[in-house]
Formats: sequence, structure tokens, C-alpha cells
Amino acid sequence: MLVLRGYSRLAGIALLSLGVFVILAPFLWVALQSFKYEIQILQGSWNFEPTMFNYVDVLYSRRSDFLSNIWNSLIVAGVSTLCVLVVGTLAAYSLSRLAWSGWIRNLFLGWTLIFNMIPPLTLVGPWYLIFRQIGMFETLGSLILTHITLHLPMTVWMMMAYFKELPKEIEEAAMVDGCRRIDAFWRISLPLVTPGLIAAGVLAFVFSWNEFSVALNLTGRDTATVPVAIARFAQQYEVQYGQMAAASILSTIPALLLMFFGQRFVVQGLTMGAVK
Amino acid sequence: MSLSTPSARRQGLSDFIDRHFKLLTLAPALIVLVALTLYPIANLFVMAVSTIRFESGGEIWAFTPLINFKQLLNDQIFRIALWNTLLFAIASVAIEMVLGLGLAILVGSMTAFKGVMRTALIIPILMPPVAIGSMWKLMYSFDFGVLNQIVTGIGFAPVNWTGSPSLALWSVVIVDVWHWTPFVFLILFAAVEGLPKEVIEAARIDGASNRDLIFKIIIPLMMPAIVVALLFRTILAFKVFDEVFLLTSGGPGTSTEVVSLHLNKVFFQQNDLGYGAMLSLAIIAATIAFLWVARSASAALEKR
Repeated sequence: MLVLRGYSRLAGIALLSLGVFVILAPFLWVALQSFKYEIQILQGSWNFEPTMFNYVDVLYSRRSDFLSNIWNSLIVAGVSTLCVLVVGTLAAYSLSRLAWSGWIRNLFLGWTLIFNMIPPLTLVGPWYLIFRQIGMFETLGSLILTHITLHLPMTVWMMMAYFKELPKEIEEAAMVDGCRRIDAFWRISLPLVTPGLIAAGVLAFVFSWNEFSVALNLTGRDTATVPVAIARFAQQYEVQYGQMAAASILSTIPALLLMFFGQRFVVQGLTMGAVK
Repeated sequence: MSLSTPSARRQGLSDFIDRHFKLLTLAPALIVLVALTLYPIANLFVMAVSTIRFESGGEIWAFTPLINFKQLLNDQIFRIALWNTLLFAIASVAIEMVLGLGLAILVGSMTAFKGVMRTALIIPILMPPVAIGSMWKLMYSFDFGVLNQIVTGIGFAPVNWTGSPSLALWSVVIVDVWHWTPFVFLILFAAVEGLPKEVIEAARIDGASNRDLIFKIIIPLMMPAIVVALLFRTILAFKVFDEVFLLTSGGPGTSTEVVSLHLNKVFFQQNDLGYGAMLSLAIIAATIAFLWVARSASAALEKR
């Protein structure tokens, strides 16, 4: 890369430090607000006794459903991630290894590309009507189905990229030795793409946990997820800033956990397609 | 009968799966796509030529083939929303690309910093966009937000970040830049790490300055990754919804009204499902047209 010496090196370090500060500061400032009483937030004070009031209020007060919101989010994200991994991985294997004719492949991949590009809100209207007609409106099941659909394209492409990396010869050798196709997939290829499964799973989970526009319109009071609840805090007639800050910080916990424990997979997943 | 023992039956089942493996592996995905994307889009066509009202017994459909189409042609707010979205997308993506590329090359030239940068930059990418919106709502607050504390601290008048029509869209752009520059950085940094070191070393030995290296060697070599990052970001920028919903809900007036927000309002605040479907179809058609133009453009570029 570039060779930076003397002042330009110092300037580079200063710039990068500034960058890290700009990324972290908003998060830290809001975390700070979440430990203040409402009045201290409104005064903008910097000297205050930290209090857990907002967290206790968000999690346990009778006015708030946040615990059940977290539970709903966990179920939706967990189940939809598992399903999309199964459906997406099978499809990716099928398309990259089993001789589908070109036009089916292109039609499938082209359609997932288009679907991934259009705003999900264009489909929320018909989803709303369909789920009302079959009596699934405002259920977690309907949200799970839509999340599987939303994250299927990403999963298929990522897993196809991982299957493409495996040399075909490994499977062919096994099949020459009498291994069936299903066993070649289950015992040979699938274990070899485990990093891909983790990367795709982590991303699908996070995106489902974060998803807002569909959840906003397809969930009711009992099935609202965490983002919907945060939006409610912010949209009330009198905004409860303390609770809003606390809820936002709480909603970031999965992201923070993944940052520490799954960073390698996240980076791999996000950058995969771009580099190859 | 050996076939009736459990293990033999399981053998039979897996034989069946093995014989139809090609179809059975793709079928679940096909079912999901047909049932939850194609069928709803078919519904959109029916809805778009109807007027749907909700009454106590359920929805009442009336066939009104042209009403929604006329409304689409006369929808001033949709035009404003399209313009705002375009402005928002161009501004935020341009800033993110420049910052992301600069950071990627800079971090690539440092010996330390790589781990720290990566760790810090993952936070905005993985955070719920709604949480980002509410965080910045706090920071933008006219009375007590940290930004106005800084602005007044250095002696200026407080700024009405999200309340002034001329500034609101740019405040949203700032949030988007904070949110997505890290993503651009990650993609481009992966490309930087994959650059052929020998080529750059050779150019340096031949006397190329840092400036030459960046503009004549590094950026041309990174072009594929830059195009991918640009495409990804443009697509996402046109879908923007969560942060704007939280920060301004389209206001003040229509100054931050974007396409997704408008669609959401038509569908779920005005409950006009018929017109909402017409809007959706227009958006889907525009998306396909954009994709087609982008593909032909890149094909033409490759031929040159």
C-alpha cells in the first residue's frame, strides 16, 4: 500500500482516530442518556448519578411490553433463520451442483435479485390481505414467513458462493466410490461449508432482529417485535426519551455480542461476494 | 417382509429423496418464492384496478379500473417523494463511497489499526436501524441534543436539525452516512487487502507518488469492488424507510417524504389498498427498468 511517513503518517492516524470516535461517540452518548432520569436528559446535564430507572421501567413496568417484545423478536429471528438456512442452502446446492438448465437458473437468480431490490413495503399490502384472509394476521407465524422470504435471496447467493469454492472432484470421487448424491451432500459438502452456514445464519438473524417495515404493519400488540416497540416509544405524544434510549441500547445487544464473538463470520459474509 | 422394519423404511425414504434430489432441493425455495412473492404480486394487479374499503364484515372490493391509475398520474406527493429519494440516494451514496474508499486505503496503509477499525465499524452495520433513528433523534434534539450542546458551546445559535424544511433531508443524509459508510469500508477494505502487492511495489520503485498510486493503480484495480459497493448502497438507499420514519416521518411538510414512507402512508394510514397496489406496481416496474438499464450499461462498458 501507500508509504506514509512523518506528518502524513500522523495525519493518517489522527484521521482514523477521529473516524473511530465519530462511530463510537453517538452510541456512548445515548448509552449515557439511558442512565439519566428524564429531567436530567432534558437539562442536558453531564454531572449526574447514574440510575437504572429507565432499564427497570422498560423491562418490568406494567405499561411496557418490552420483555414480550424481546421474546417475540427472538422467536421470529430464531425460527426464520433456521428455516431460511435450510431452504436457502438446499436451493443453493441444487442450483450450483445439480444440472439445472440455464434458463431455470437464470430465472430463479434473476427473480431473487429483483425481489431483493424492491422495497419490502410494496409487498406488505398484499401480504396484509392474504394473511387476513387465511386468518394468520398479527401472528408470529406470518412474520416468520415474510422474514424467510426477505432473507432467502441473500442466503442463496452466499451459500452458492461457498459451494462454488468447493472442488467438484471431492464429491465426484465419493460418488465414484458408490456414495449417493444425498450422502455426498449431507456428509461431504455440507460439513465443508459450515463457515458459510454460520456467516449466513448470523446475518439472517441480525437482519430479522432488526427488520422494521414489515413487522410494523403485520404485528399487533401481542406480537410486536423490538423495533416496533422502540418506534412506539419514539412516536408517543410525549416522547419518553429515557426509555427510548434504554430500549435502543438493549436492542443493540445481539449486534454487540456478534461483534465480539462472530466478527470473523460477519465480515466474511458481508464482503464475500464483493471480492470474488 | 424386510421392507417393513423401521430402518428399511427409512432406507426407502432416503432412496426416494436421493432419486428426486434435484427437484426436492429446489422445491422449498420455489414454493416460498411463488407463494410469498409471485402470488402477492399477482394480487397487486387485482388490487390496483380495485377500490377496497374495510367494513365491519371484512373488505369490500369494487372494480374501478382507472381511478387508481389517474391518481398515480396526479400524485404530487409521490413526485416529491421520488425527488427526495433520488436526492437522498445520490448525496448519501456519494459521500459514503468517498469516505469508505479513503478509509479503506488509509487503513490498508497502516500497520496497526486494522482490528480496531473493523470492530468499531461493525456496530452501525449490525444495529437495528430503528435504534439508530431513535439515537439520532435524541442527538438532534433542539433543546438538549448533544449536537446543539456543541454548536452553542462554540458560540453559534442552536440548529433545528430535523425541524427545518431546508435542513431535514441533510440531517437524514448524515445519519445514513454514519450508518452505511462502515459497510462500504468493509467491502472496499477486503478489496484493498486483495490487491497485488508486487504491482504497487513495482510502481513505487519506478517513482510513482502516493497520488499516482491511488488514482492510476489502486482505484482502477479496485473498480470491480467499487462497482459492487456502489450498486449495493444505491439499492439500499432507494429502500430507505426505518430511520426516516423515526427521525422525521417525512416532515416537516413533505421535505423528507421518501418513496417507502409515502407507500406506507397510502397503505396503512389512509388504508387505500387499491392505490397503494398501483404505487407498488409502479415502483416494481421502475426497479426492473433500472436493473435492465444498469445491466445493458455494464455490458456495453465491458465490450469497449
